[in-house]
Amino acid sequence: MTSGILVASETEEGAFELLSKAHEISSQLDAKLSVVVLGNIEEEKARSYSQYGAQKIILVPQVGARTPDAETYANVLYEIAKEDGPDILLITSTRLGKETAGRVAQKLHVGCITDAIGIAMRGPELVIDRYALGGNTISSEIIKTRKKVVSVVRRIFEANPAPTEGVIEKVQMKIPPPRVQLIERKKKVGETVNLESAETLVCVGKGVSNKEDLGMITDLASLLRGEVGCTRALSSDYHWISEDRMVGISGKRCKPKLHISIGISGQIQHTVGIMTSKLIVAINKDKEAPIFKIADYGVVGDLYQVVPKLNERIKAQNA
Amino acid sequence: MKQIVDLQQIRVKRDSREPILDGLPVLFGDMDKNALEEAVRIKEKHGAKVTALSVGSGKLKDTILEALAMGADEACIVVDPACEGSDTAASALTLVKAIEKISPYDLILVGEGSADNYSGQIGSRIAEMLNVPQISYVRELIIEGNTITAVRDIENVLEIVKASMPLVVSVTSEINKPRRAPLSQILRASRKPLNSWTLKDLGIDTSEVGAAASQIQVISNVAPQQDRKGVIFEGDVGETVSKLLDALVREGAIA
Repeated sequence: MTSGILVASETEEGAFELLSKAHEISSQLDAKLSVVVLGNIEEEKARSYSQYGAQKIILVPQVGARTPDAETYANVLYEIAKEDGPDILLITSTRLGKETAGRVAQKLHVGCITDAIGIAMRGPELVIDRYALGGNTISSEIIKTRKKVVSVVRRIFEANPAPTEGVIEKVQMKIPPPRVQLIERKKKVGETVNLESAETLVCVGKGVSNKEDLGMITDLASLLRGEVGCTRALSSDYHWISEDRMVGISGKRCKPKLHISIGISGQIQHTVGIMTSKLIVAINKDKEAPIFKIADYGVVGDLYQVVPKLNERIKAQNA
Repeated sequence: MKQIVDLQQIRVKRDSREPILDGLPVLFGDMDKNALEEAVRIKEKHGAKVTALSVGSGKLKDTILEALAMGADEACIVVDPACEGSDTAASALTLVKAIEKISPYDLILVGEGSADNYSGQIGSRIAEMLNVPQISYVRELIIEGNTITAVRDIENVLEIVKASMPLVVSVTSEINKPRRAPLSQILRASRKPLNSWTLKDLGIDTSEVGAAASQIQVISNVAPQQDRKGVIFEGDVGETVSKLLDALVREGAIA
């Protein structure tokens, strides 16, 4: 018997996804499903969480920001989860969520798995999947302690409505003031792009030798009404492409219907981000490049010849 | 710093899809080197003593030489067969006991995650155990007196935050470019102080660590199933592009 599942997320959508998954598990465990919502939100708005199965919506008015510092966030979760509180904590694996997960797990002295990409009941056990060995493998794991902390990658689960009667509970707790002081928050420069939901994704890597040559890549993406993504080298090292387009283990994880990989050798840290694409096309001049091992269709050739030809043909077809 | 196998060289058994790890070279992950590099830069700018700390097994005595060659003043390693199979909580405990032995300290730098498992728990857990603040995902660090100002990288947002030392800082790979150790330093590395400790030296009972104490049980760890078509086109550019486009139309991927 599990005493309950607690969902925590910085965004409504994130919470809805986790609630939907938790709802599925909770019915098998006969566990009560709660959600904690930070920030000053109105009670009417809070009720929307019960549309996704939350039986209890916990509001913490004293923590005014939806994105507090991780220590404060961990303190809030600890106060709710300690002792007779819920046994399973599901936290959205944003950077804040991930840091918080480790911290609250240590407070509770329990096991924690971060960046889960799958959660399922297998018999009586809650089995959690995550990438291991730099993305080479998927590890299926069980947390042996009664209480468990899991951070879950965004958009792994779908938000499915499961309306229920939700009670709203406003709680007061003793929380020490943050030891890390926020001076300023600013949006990163560069346009905001939603790579995760792109249907067509064209990713480019070090095979392109000049920033100016990226034009043909963006041309291809726009001809296919897709988005451009890249490897870490092109964003973090060369600064040719903004970081919100970086795909991989420390960047975005995408599952487009069509993924075209151009001039990318296929190191695992990058390919983790595109592994679940429906169709993968790779263009690379090195026939031995690992990217061809995970491709449905591969073109062995110089991207400087292949891509312009591809653009020309697609343009002709579209005309 | 964490010693890991070279992830680029992992091969997978064809039938069971299990990874083959035996005999692979070991090294430090890139982000661990970012953390060390930042420590050495702080030393060069403000003056400090840099200690490289690692818990591991086997070849760690050799691997740690790179940290000394990169500029650490001394190294402390914890090598004990009982650590085999430790989970993040036990590894964090081992690190904390070692840190207490090294103390006093001002700043503990770690990578945002290890290159192999990337769980990102170590920084959080040791900060919690030591009851100090943590600034995570740091891409810029400024030290003034006892105060650290950092730029944190939080998805689409940059946060500028401040905290007092002592504390834990986890860094992202954007913070710096780790130096390649010059030959002269490589030669000197083996003459720098290297403390090798066992669990007993740290006052840790073997029942607190290792596989038996692990809060996590791994049921399986195999490469994901790949059922890609693997059709490769080679030769004349015009022809290969035509074949590719035909295939994409057939798949319904393009109109």
